[in-house]
Amino acid sequence: MRLNPRISQKIAKTVIWFAAIVVLVLLFSIIIYILSKGIPNITWQFLTEIPSDMGRSGGILSCIVGTLSVTLVATVVATPLGVGTAFYLTEYTHESIVTKIIRFSAESLAGIPSIVYGLFGFIFFVIYLKLGWSILSGGLTLAMMILPTIIRTSEEAIHTVHPMYREVSFSLGGTKWQTMIKILIPSALPGIATGIILGIGRCVAETAAVILTAGSALQMPVSIFSPARTMAVHFYILAREGISLEKAFATAALLIILILIINIGANILVNRFVAKSH
Amino acid sequence: MKLKKFGERIPQSLFFLIALSALSALALITIFIFIEGVPLIAKVGFFNFIFGMKWAPSLGQYGIFPMIVGTVLVTVGAVIIGVPIALCCSIFLAEFAPRQLSMLVRPAIQLLAGIPSVVYGFWGLIFIVPAIRNYLGGPGLSILAGSIILAIMILPTVISISEVSILALPPLLKEGAFALGATHWQTIRSVLLPAAKSGILASIILGIGRAVGETMAVIMVLGNAVALPSSILDPARTLTTNIGIEMGYASGEHQQALFATGIVLLVIIMILNASAQYAIRRK
Repeated sequence: MRLNPRISQKIAKTVIWFAAIVVLVLLFSIIIYILSKGIPNITWQFLTEIPSDMGRSGGILSCIVGTLSVTLVATVVATPLGVGTAFYLTEYTHESIVTKIIRFSAESLAGIPSIVYGLFGFIFFVIYLKLGWSILSGGLTLAMMILPTIIRTSEEAIHTVHPMYREVSFSLGGTKWQTMIKILIPSALPGIATGIILGIGRCVAETAAVILTAGSALQMPVSIFSPARTMAVHFYILAREGISLEKAFATAALLIILILIINIGANILVNRFVAKSH
Repeated sequence: MKLKKFGERIPQSLFFLIALSALSALALITIFIFIEGVPLIAKVGFFNFIFGMKWAPSLGQYGIFPMIVGTVLVTVGAVIIGVPIALCCSIFLAEFAPRQLSMLVRPAIQLLAGIPSVVYGFWGLIFIVPAIRNYLGGPGLSILAGSIILAIMILPTVISISEVSILALPPLLKEGAFALGATHWQTIRSVLLPAAKSGILASIILGIGRAVGETMAVIMVLGNAVALPSSILDPARTLTTNIGIEMGYASGEHQQALFATGIVLLVIIMILNASAQYAIRRK
């Protein structure tokens, strides 16, 4: 027996709306729960003191510094490589076996689990290059991890620049290099920035890859060769070893707030970019 | 004139070098993980490593079969729970949601992807694990708990990619179906979904890849027992959590065994990635 089309339409519509609502409720319940438990514990002292007694008391200043510096290293390394690759793929070559291999590599990198990045970063940067557990090792590992994100979003951004811009620049005698620096980069900038921001978000949230490469030292890092504990790693250790629930919630809330800000920033850029390109 | 040409040549080759970064990164990762792990697989024996039932590094026994089973069970569970919800969500975004609402839901789902995995694990530890212990029995830390957390974590991947593949369909398909008198749901079920099949398949494969590769969230809710699980309420260990838990203190042969676990993981992920890319291109 077949269902009456009108009834099946109603059932399907209800189920689909219900699923969407479930997802939204889930998302907001996770965020609100963490924020409501964590925000009351975020004090001035929490933000400005170094953790003491394994994190049971004190603040998380050294972890904030750890997160920021690891992320900074990753972004500084990955941005030129990612944006450069995107320009090569769009402006300097035609579709060929080479571009296929490069795209395949980027897609594959995007799928590699972070724990494998951690293993690699540990054996390559920490041991083989003798960088030790350090901000540099962690940052370089994360740079490899966010490279595909930056390549993909930059490539899309460059693709959306109207071909007319290029043609006008060329017709005025502009070279490829001049066209790129003066025309393409400025027009694609918001799109490129979105990719970088998404990369930053991944760095801030990452745990598995960082704990194996930057370590989990609680001291304040003094240079990029110092080991460091990021906020995500700190939260993981506090929660898993049951050191301090209160500090764990506060750290998680701070992480969520940071991720919220990063996401909102990326969205504002995307909207501006979309508005501009239409 | 010659000078200008020369100036143009430098960027060209420089850009080519930069563009090789992704390929070199992939090659370096593969080579170093294999160099570290292969000696142990060779020593223990490929068959004994993959199908060995006992993991006891202190006794020199390295069998990862229980973890392969753990990974498969947790992932299958995540797909069974997560994929239907994700597909409904992508249909919702592509077909049903009013424009204003989808402008709100899309960033929300993007946010879901941005939340640190440790936070999901922690949330699961507080809500899912006790719920399973109280209502279904067992220790709570279980395959089921891992599956539920992973189901939530693969939502953004599956939703966004399948939504894009539905939206990319030519509008004529939908108009044709409507013109023949089909209802909206009939159109979706018999025209749009079949047409977007390869993109949806790719989204599910990439979701599976995420579930297989996730570590920290799973460590917190899975219980991490090395024995072969006998039900979904039993604790278990996956390939990733095996590395995540023991990498902190392993050394020598034990550490090599974790890299060997990494090889197995890498091979599984590469197969999944390649098939997802194949599915996307096949259209």
